[in-house]
Amino acid sequence: MKKKLVVIGAGMASGRLLEHLFETAPDAWQVTLFNGEPRGNYNRLMLSPVLSGEKTYDDIVTHDADWYAAHGVDCRFGQPVVRIDRAARVVHSNQSSAEYDALVIATGSAPFIIPVAGKDLPGVVTYRDLEDTDAMIEAGRAGRDAVVIGGGLLGLEAAAGMAARGAKVTVIHLMGHLMERQLDPAAGYLLQRDLERRGIAVHCKGATKAILGHDRAEAVLLEDGTVYPADLVCMAVGIRPETRIAVDARLEVERGITVDDGLRTSDPNIFALGECVEHRGQLFGLVAPLYDQARALARTLSGETAEFRPVQTATKLKVTGCDLFSAGDFAEAQGREDIVFRDPGRGIYKRLVLQDNRVIGVVMYGDTADGNWFYGLIKDGTDIEQMRDTLIFGPGFQGGSRPDPMAAVAALPPEAEICGCNGVCKGSIVNAVQGGATTLDAVRAGTKASGSCGTCTSLVEQVMRLTLGDGFAAAAPGGMCKCTDHSHEDVRRLIRSMGLKSIPAVMQELGWKSVGGCRSCRPALNFYLLAEWPLEYRDDRQSRFVNERNHANIQKDGTYSVVPRMWGGVTTPDELRAIADAADKYGVPMVKVTGGQRIDLLGVRKEDLPLMWADLNRAGLVSGHAYSKGLRTVKTCVGSEFCRFGTQDSTGLGIRLEKLLWGSWTPHKVKLGVSGCPRNCAEATCKDVGIVCVDSGYNISVAGAAGMEVKQTEHLAATPSEDEAVEIVTAFIQLYREHARYLDRPYKWVAKVGLDWVIAQVVDDPRNRRALVKRFETSQSVYRRDPWAEHSTPSETPRWAPLADLTLEAAE
Amino acid sequence: MTRYVDIASLEDIPAQGARLIRTTDGCVALFRTADNRVFALDDRCPHKGGPLSEGIVHGHQVTCPLHDWVFDLTTGAARGADQGAVRTWPVRVERGRILISAESLMRGKAA
Ligand code: SRM
Ligand SMILES: Cc1cc2nc3c(=O)[nH]c(=O)nc-3n(C[C@H](O)[C@H](O)[C@H](O)COP(=O)(O)OP(=O)(O)OC[C@H]3O[C@@H](n4cnc5c(N)ncnc54)[C@H](O)[C@@H]3O)c2cc1C
Ligand code: SF4
Ligand code: FES
Repeated sequence: MKKKLVVIGAGMASGRLLEHLFETAPDAWQVTLFNGEPRGNYNRLMLSPVLSGEKTYDDIVTHDADWYAAHGVDCRFGQPVVRIDRAARVVHSNQSSAEYDALVIATGSAPFIIPVAGKDLPGVVTYRDLEDTDAMIEAGRAGRDAVVIGGGLLGLEAAAGMAARGAKVTVIHLMGHLMERQLDPAAGYLLQRDLERRGIAVHCKGATKAILGHDRAEAVLLEDGTVYPADLVCMAVGIRPETRIAVDARLEVERGITVDDGLRTSDPNIFALGECVEHRGQLFGLVAPLYDQARALARTLSGETAEFRPVQTATKLKVTGCDLFSAGDFAEAQGREDIVFRDPGRGIYKRLVLQDNRVIGVVMYGDTADGNWFYGLIKDGTDIEQMRDTLIFGPGFQGGSRPDPMAAVAALPPEAEICGCNGVCKGSIVNAVQGGATTLDAVRAGTKASGSCGTCTSLVEQVMRLTLGDGFAAAAPGGMCKCTDHSHEDVRRLIRSMGLKSIPAVMQELGWKSVGGCRSCRPALNFYLLAEWPLEYRDDRQSRFVNERNHANIQKDGTYSVVPRMWGGVTTPDELRAIADAADKYGVPMVKVTGGQRIDLLGVRKEDLPLMWADLNRAGLVSGHAYSKGLRTVKTCVGSEFCRFGTQDSTGLGIRLEKLLWGSWTPHKVKLGVSGCPRNCAEATCKDVGIVCVDSGYNISVAGAAGMEVKQTEHLAATPSEDEAVEIVTAFIQLYREHARYLDRPYKWVAKVGLDWVIAQVVDDPRNRRALVKRFETSQSVYRRDPWAEHSTPSETPRWAPLADLTLEAAE
Repeated sequence: MTRYVDIASLEDIPAQGARLIRTTDGCVALFRTADNRVFALDDRCPHKGGPLSEGIVHGHQVTCPLHDWVFDLTTGAARGADQGAVRTWPVRVERGRILISAESLMRGKAA
C-alpha cells in the first residue's frame, strides 16, 4: 500500500522534489498537493520575462494538469493550508483535509511590506506571483506612472519589465547603490547608468515615508520630501520565510523552519524545504540550493541518509541589456587581494577577489561571458597561481590584451581641441612634433599648447608620446595617488569633459585601481565634483577629512575646537557674552584668541558640538570654518572709520568680502587681509589675497604665504572702485577653485600657471571676470550657509552622540 | 559561544562611516562600509590613541584621522610599514539590525 505524502505549497522546490520522488520510487507515495495560488507549479523565476513581454504564462508552466494526473497527484489548488494537526497527522484547509504519513512544508517566502502609511491601498503590489505580474503588466499597458521600492534583484526586474511595457518607472532604493548585496559601488554605478539610459529613474539613498492616495495609490513620499507620482507601487524590499503554519503547529522555527541535513524539522514526520527553511543558521533566496534540497529530501523520504550541503550561489539579473554576475565573497580582508579590470569605453567592470591563490569572489558588469568559468574556479578551489597575470581576461586569455591607456587619445581626430586656453588642436601638436619639437617646452614654445593654465599638460604629453613612440621621455606623470595613474589635472579635465558626476562614476570611468579610493583621493574627488557641478553633485560627507566632516578641528585627545566667525574681526558685547556662556556651559578647558582675529574654544566633546552650535547660532554666530579647505579669515584693521591714517573703510570691505566668500570650498584654505593704508596693520601682504587701501583706491595683491613658507604677495590689480575690487577678488578665487589641484595654496598654483595668465583672466578680460563671478555665485547659492545650523537640528543632534552609552549603566 | 546583543539599526550608521558604543573600558567603533558590511573595532589607534571612528573609510579599511595609519577593518591590523593592531569584535547584521558580541560591551565590568 502507498504511504500518504502531503505537500504544502506547489512552488519551485516542491516541484523538483516530486520529480525526483516519482523518478526514484514511482509507487511509494500517494501525494496530496495543496497550493495557495489557484494553479499548479510554474517557473517563478520566469515571471520577469512574462512581465517584460518576452514570454507568456503558458510558456513557463512546468507541471500541467496531465502531469499531475499521470502521477496520481491529488491537487488542491487555491486551497491554502490553515492548520496542521500533528497529533492526528492531518492538515486542514478551509475546504478540505488530508491525512499524512509524511508531511512536507514548502511554503516559500512572503514579500516584506514596509510598514508605512498607505501600504494597504489598492495599487500597491509586491512581486511574487502571477497576480502581481498581471497588475504590473496592466500598469505598463496603460502607460502609467509606476514606482518600485527596492533596488535589488526583484525590484529591478520589476522596474525593467514595467518600463518595457510602457510605464514611466522610478526605482527608490534605500542604500547608496543598487543591488548592494551583490555588487560593489562601481558595478552598482554602471548598472544605474544603464537603467537610466533606458528611461528608468533611480533614486538612491531614498527612504519611503508614505504612500499617498485616497481610494488608491497616487504617489510615493520620501523622507527627504521628494514626491513621485505613482498609479502603481511595487514593494520589492525583501522577503522573509513563510513560517506561519509551522509556528502555529509549534514546530521549531528560528528565522525559518529549522531543518537538519536530511531536511527534517523538529517533528520526525514533518519535513520542509525551500525558502521557508533555515538550515544551520542560513536562509535561502535563490533557486540553486533549493534544487539540492529537493534531491536530498527525495532520498530522505526514500529511507536513505542524505546530507544537504549548501553550495556557493551565483546571481544574475534577468534584465536584457544589463549584464551582471556576482558570486562568492567579495569583501575585502587581510590576505585577500583584488584584481580589478575596468574598460570605461565599453562600460565593463570585473573584479576578482583572491585568497591563497584561489578565487573566492567575482563581480562582473558589462561582460559576463566568463562568469561561469570564474564561478567554477571558486567552487573547485582551483589554484590559479600559474595564470594569475592573465586571469582576469578569462579562459581565452591568450588572445586577450590589455586595453591601451592611450587609446582614447589616439582616437581623437586631428581637429580635437587639446589646449582650451590657447585653442590648440591635436593636429597642430602632431605637426609641431613631426617638425622637430620633441620636448614639452619645444611644443609649448611652438604651439602655446599647455602654456597657460597647464591643466592639459598630460594630454599634450600623451599626444607627443603617440607621435614619437618610445622616443618620448616624459617627465614622470605622477598619478593623484596610488589608486590611479591619472594626474590631478587629468582627473579634473575628464570629470568636466565626460560629465562625471559622482565618485563611483569617476572611479569607474577613469579606471581606479583600488576599490573605494583612499584618504587622499576621496577628498580631492569630492572637491573637484562639487566645484564642477555645484547644483547637481551632493557633497559626500564620508569623503571628507574629520575636521570638515565634523565642522570642527579635532584635537590630539579626540575633543574638538570651536571657532565662530567674527566678520572682519569685529565682534559685539552680546557675541562675547554668548561665547563666554557657551564656554561655561560646556566646560571648555581653554579659550584662546587666535592668530586670525577671533576666539577659539578648545576641548569640546563631540556630542556637545551641536548643542553648543545651537546656543551660538541663537546669538547670531555661525561657523568660522577654521577647519576647512575654504574661506578662513578676513583679517582687517580699523581703517578710515577710526584710524587717523586710514584711507578707505578697510573693516567694512573686509566684512563685505567675508560675507560674500564664506562657506565656499576651495582647493586649500584661503585667507584674506584688508589694511586701511600702506602701514598694513592687517598683514595683508602675506595672505592668499591682500588688499591695501590707498588714497586712490585699492591695491590688490595675491599669492602670499606665512606658514611653512613665507612669501610676499604679488601685485594683481589696482582699482579706484570698491565694487570692482570685490569683483576681481571673487573672480580670482573662482579661477583658483576651477584650476588649482587639491591642496595647492594659491601661491603654489599661481607659481605653476604664472601671474600673467591670472591677470589676463581676471583683470584684462572683464567679460571673463564676470563669468567667473557668476559661476562663483551659482556655487554659493548652494554652499553659502551655516553648516552648524544644519547639523544642530533636533533630528541631527542625536547622531553626534554614541549609539549606546554603557558606562552610565555600570555606574548605577 | 558568542552571545550577540542587538545594538542598533544599520541605518544608524552612515555608509562609509562609523558610530560609537561607549563602554566602561573605552569606546567600540562600529564601521559600516560601502557594501553595507559592519565591523566592530576598539576606537583607539595603537599609534597615539586617535579615534579611528573619525577616519575616512575606504574599501574595508580606515585611515586614522590623526596621523594617517591605515587599518584593516576585518583583522584590525595596521597596513603597510606601520606595526600594530586594534582589537576587533564579532558583529553581525541581520535584517537591517546590528548584533554585536555581548563580550565587547561587558569588558571592564567583569572583574
Ligand atoms: C588656532 C590657530 C592658532 C592660534 O591659536 O592662533 C591655528 C591653528 C591651527 N593651524 Fe594655523 N592656526 C591659526 C592661524 C594660522 C596663521 C596666522 C593667520 O592666519 O594669520 C597661519 C600662517 C598664515 C598662513 O596660513 O599662511 C597658520 C598656518 C598654518 C599652516 C601652514 C599653512 C601653509 O600653507 O604653510 C597649517 C597647516 C595646514 O593648513 O596644512 C596650519 C594648521 C593649523 C591647524 C588646523 C593644525 C591641524 O590640522 O589641526 C591648527 C588647528 C588648531 C585648532 O584645533 O584650532 N596653520 N595658521 C589660528 C587660527 C586662526 C583662525 O582664527 O582661524
Ligand atoms: C519574479 C521573481 C524572479 C526570480 N528570479 C530568480 C532568479 O533569477 N534566480 C533564482 O535563483 N531565483 C529567483 N527567484 C527566487 C525563486 O523564485 C525562489 O527562490 C523560489 O521560487 C523559491 O521556491 P520555494 O518552493 O521555496 O517557494 P515558492 O516558489 O514561492 O513556492 C511556494 C508556494 O507555496 C504556496 N503557499 C504558501 N503558503 C501556503 C499555504 N499555507 N498553503 C498552501 N500553499 C502555500 C505559495 O502560494 C507558493 O505557490 C525569483 C523570484 C521571483 C518572485
Ligand atoms: S603652529 Fe599651528 S599647527 Fe603648529 S602647534 Fe601651533 S597651532 Fe598647531
Ligand atoms: S594616533 Fe592614529 S595614526 Fe597617530
